[in-house]
Amino acid sequence: MRILGNIWRELPLKAKVGVVLFGLFILAAIIGPEVAPYAPGYSNPSISLSLQPPSSQYLLGTTQSGQDVLSQLLVGIRLTLELALLVGVIATALSVIVGVTSAFLGGVWDEILSLLTNVFLVIPALPLLILLLGYLPNRGQLPTIIVLAGLGWQWGARVIRAQTLTIRNRDFIAASRETGEKTWRIIFFEIMPNEVSLIAASFVNTVLYAIAASVALAFIGLADLNSWSLGTMLYWAQSAQALELGAWWWFLPPGIAVALIGTALVLLNTGFDELGSPRLRASRGSARVAGKKVWATDPTPVLAMLVGSPGRVTGFLHSFSRSSLLDNTPAGGELR
Amino acid sequence: MPFLVRRLAFYLVAAWVALTANFFIPRAMPGNAVQSIMDKFPNLQPSAYAALEAMLGVGHPGSLWHQYTSYLYDVAHFNFGTDVTNYPASVSTLLGATIPWTLTLVGTATVIAFLLGTGLGIMAGWRHGGWLDRSLPGLMFLQAIPYFFFALVLLDIFGVKLHWFPLAQGYNSEIYVQGWNWGFIGSAIQHSLLPAVTIVLTSVAGWMLQMRNVMITTIGEDYVVAAQAKGLTSRRVIFTYAARNALLPQLQGFGLALGFVVSGALVMEIVFSYPGIGLLLLNAVTSNDYPLMQAIFLCITFAVLIANMIVDLVIVLADPRVRARGTGR
Repeated sequence: MRILGNIWRELPLKAKVGVVLFGLFILAAIIGPEVAPYAPGYSNPSISLSLQPPSSQYLLGTTQSGQDVLSQLLVGIRLTLELALLVGVIATALSVIVGVTSAFLGGVWDEILSLLTNVFLVIPALPLLILLLGYLPNRGQLPTIIVLAGLGWQWGARVIRAQTLTIRNRDFIAASRETGEKTWRIIFFEIMPNEVSLIAASFVNTVLYAIAASVALAFIGLADLNSWSLGTMLYWAQSAQALELGAWWWFLPPGIAVALIGTALVLLNTGFDELGSPRLRASRGSARVAGKKVWATDPTPVLAMLVGSPGRVTGFLHSFSRSSLLDNTPAGGELR
Repeated sequence: MPFLVRRLAFYLVAAWVALTANFFIPRAMPGNAVQSIMDKFPNLQPSAYAALEAMLGVGHPGSLWHQYTSYLYDVAHFNFGTDVTNYPASVSTLLGATIPWTLTLVGTATVIAFLLGTGLGIMAGWRHGGWLDRSLPGLMFLQAIPYFFFALVLLDIFGVKLHWFPLAQGYNSEIYVQGWNWGFIGSAIQHSLLPAVTIVLTSVAGWMLQMRNVMITTIGEDYVVAAQAKGLTSRRVIFTYAARNALLPQLQGFGLALGFVVSGALVMEIVFSYPGIGLLLLNAVTSNDYPLMQAIFLCITFAVLIANMIVDLVIVLADPRVRARGTGR
């Protein structure tokens, strides 16, 4: 626990916000379907319950056929996150395999695998996804996961290959090779531990891609329309023209949920980035040196420019301040 | 230019992979255009199957190799067969009618978003920790919203509620005739404003964040410090020294992200019922129009490949290091 606490304290604020936000959605995905007040597909036969705005009975209102939007949302979050996380795991595993193999074997294998990665990088994924899913008669959860993972490994593979290339030329790898370690041992116990942060980052990115792609695919109807995910909710809201009917409570919640999950993941990733290279951190940008605003990127302060000619009293007071240690101005504020 | 030759060879390989995948997907997947028509019209006799195959050009006469070469020949002559849903229109006519809309809208909006985002990124990176830099998390939220959802919300606010913008279509077809007249052009611009704003707002944050990060690393380089020490003006240091060098990764990112942007824009078109290739794709999907889907996939892929080639050309022109790398070694 203490280690976890230490890691938590080290995290930049952005990452903390991301962790909390994403945690909330994971929680909703785990307990959501159990606490959902109604069955998501249950349509209330009473006409008066169709397209009800939010009320105490239906916290997020009802759809056109009298289904509870909140229940659909809670079930939908689970289905969407389940799909995205599974795609993330499979695609990241693929990118590690391709990236490490390519960098480690080198030669012809590297050429072939890099070419494959680059081709997948440059061919736009969504139209190909649409084509593949369009031909599938069964567009359930599993086929979608397989297709999304099959087209989502290339970004990770590229960065992991580059990182492996730099690591494999380091001395400790040469040393373990000299001592007769087996190749698989070198890969799993010497190289991979040095790439954990990179693998984590590419996992987060892949999950982000999977959410965006699966929601877009469901929105155009390329999903199992009998299941409740955030994407199919949007599909039904759009096909029932919720917008024109003024039913904002129907199409806003799933969209905002997708946007919040996405924001949480982006925050997580930039937070991790900043952990790795503190320079990216947007902490106090300008500092006051000798009473004047100075930016980190400004040229090294020239004293005359900064101090100007302060009056005697300000100059005297300034000599007690911490920033006076930076300059050689005599206590009286006289310059030169 | 060895760099350009190598890249050209790469794009040829990528194009070949796309073409070949497009050829094999229908043969490997269970769905099939003719069967979907047969399902839609149950009163068709089973003997109609062969006739439909012949009409749509999806029949598979001859060996696989023969099919493959005749497929490549057809693609080279922009012959994508006859359309299933809009019979007897040919697929290439449909594509020709929709591509200009998408190209104008998505192309212009993407370039604007890229330029704007890069400019904002330069500023945010230079004034690291300033107000612009601090507003980034808010922009990230914008970026995380799915394109089509953002489009829905904008359409609801500015179209349905405020009546500032039209709700659908690419131009007002009741008043104007398509062609080079001012009425049509004005109407088309009015209809494209909201979709364009959607693309710019949702994609600008991505370009900005990337440029900011590269800027920050570039500013730490010795040559930037040296330029500052020489007493050059801030503007000169920012644009001629830091930004110019930071632009290369940004340009490479532009090429790679293009597929995403175009894909997002396609789905966005559906929301606005914009008469572009995205809407055509939706119609193809809902009516199981496989030949059309395949032709659209090829079109989009080739557009992205060509855009990437242009980006590569710009990189070569902008960065002497790439030229040097190409000749050396």
